[in-house]
Amino acid sequence: MKILVCISQAPDTTSRIAFKDGNTAFDESGVQFIVNPYDEWYALVRAIELKEAGGGSVTTLTVGGASCDPVIRKALAIGADDAVRIDTEPVDSMQVARLIASYAEGKGYDLVLFGKETIDHNGSVVPAMVAEMLDLPFVALATSLEVNGGTATLKREVAGGEETVEANLPMCLSAAKGMAEQRIPNMRGIMSARTKPLAVEAAGDAALGSKVKVFSLPPAKGDCKLIPAEQAEELIRLLREEAKVI
Amino acid sequence: MAILTIINAKDGQANKASLEAASYASAMAKAAGAESVAVVAGPLNGDGGLGAAGVTKVLHHADALADEGQTARLATAAAAATGATAVVMSHDHTGQAVAPRVAVRLGAGLVSGVTALPEGGTVRRNVFSGKATADVEVLTDQAVYTVTPNAFGVTTDGATAAVEAFSAEVGEARIRVTEPASAGDDGMVPLPEAELVVSAGRGLKGPEHWGIVEDLAKALGATTACSRPVSDIGWRPHHEHVGQTGITIRPNLYIAAGISGAIQHLAGVNQSKVIVVINTDPEAPFFKAADYGIVGDAFDVLPKLTAAVQALGD
Repeated sequence: MKILVCISQAPDTTSRIAFKDGNTAFDESGVQFIVNPYDEWYALVRAIELKEAGGGSVTTLTVGGASCDPVIRKALAIGADDAVRIDTEPVDSMQVARLIASYAEGKGYDLVLFGKETIDHNGSVVPAMVAEMLDLPFVALATSLEVNGGTATLKREVAGGEETVEANLPMCLSAAKGMAEQRIPNMRGIMSARTKPLAVEAAGDAALGSKVKVFSLPPAKGDCKLIPAEQAEELIRLLREEAKVI
Repeated sequence: MAILTIINAKDGQANKASLEAASYASAMAKAAGAESVAVVAGPLNGDGGLGAAGVTKVLHHADALADEGQTARLATAAAAATGATAVVMSHDHTGQAVAPRVAVRLGAGLVSGVTALPEGGTVRRNVFSGKATADVEVLTDQAVYTVTPNAFGVTTDGATAAVEAFSAEVGEARIRVTEPASAGDDGMVPLPEAELVVSAGRGLKGPEHWGIVEDLAKALGATTACSRPVSDIGWRPHHEHVGQTGITIRPNLYIAAGISGAIQHLAGVNQSKVIVVINTDPEAPFFKAADYGIVGDAFDVLPKLTAAVQALGD
């Protein structure tokens, strides 16, 4: 089975969020970048498990500049066979989807996997855009994936629970918690990742759909009002009369 | 000219997330002097509650659609038929699968998870897991917006909407539901839509102690949630896990008992309007993000809160 996993880099969860250039761009100085957790823990690891069980190949695809290479090497260390980076700074989800779709078109991938969203832009729209562009069946928020012959069986999150769905390959999905367990790369993986192929391709034309004009940080949170444990019922009065939420 | 909302209906009624999206679209339509039109597939009772949310016309496709790709085709046809300048949908499970497909079919810019109406050529959404906001400009003539659940109130002052039969070439279903969700059996509002959430973590010491969490949730009419360690060790189901790698929620009230407040947990809940933290450790980082706090044992505090809520109803 031939699997494409789209991965992006994201600032580590503990990063201080700040902006530059008149609040029009994210300030990357001092920020540690990681593989976007949904892409890594769920989509990539499941792809590698499927390859280990049934053979085939796992390629990662990233839209981004050279600063993405360390996280791409991490994905290779976890077990992807090779990687492709489309060399441009992403601006918008429609642009990224167009670049991914034009790369994947006609290459015969059986599965195109994504994490459900990135933890920086939180868009969760690129996977379904790519599915539409490639005219593939799509399952959002998949929590498990089994492949039997040409049929994929998936569980997906729906309001308040999960349901089971089937689709024929080739197909596209976005992965959520439950799909796989995080893997820590071992020394052999890290060593072999250095020599695995990482192809850099020039970005073709891809029109933008939108653009961020300005970022802002929310106002600082006020102090926490402490209520003594022995007067816990006072909290309910405050929630009703002061905060007016119940 | 129209603003079109794509609706999810359950038991013939538009669900809450869809009513929020319709209310958002109706407010946009009012500002633009446009018509607020909705499109819905499957069984519908009357206008499905959409008129009250300001929708004046409902385009109704009688057959339910199993595949979001079909819903996208239906919505694209409805957008063409009504001359829609914007298409709106909730940023819920279905919206994440349908709206991007619609944006591609229309060649329109998409802004997902918006939290306010468009203003001055931009629309606001949360980024960096709620740690910042972005004002986004759409660069195409048409726009697609998905509205963050529980960010925009449902309006109820509209009249009854006209319902018109609508059909379009939607193609074959390419995904098949073989085992529908047994969701909703517990009667709780799904977490992404919940206005009130009671959550607990490892401080509860074991799954057998969850009764006091469920009692408070039941008294409040709230939905239960949990922290990641608790779902990882199997005390609670995965779909209850809120946080960075679980579900992001935005309730009016989030009560967290026995959760220390790791940054990954905060990322999933920091958009809650009011946060209450109950923890035995006064140094728990969660208190810094809380509006109200009680330093105390959940085993003592939760039953007291439940009793106080029940006393309100008496």
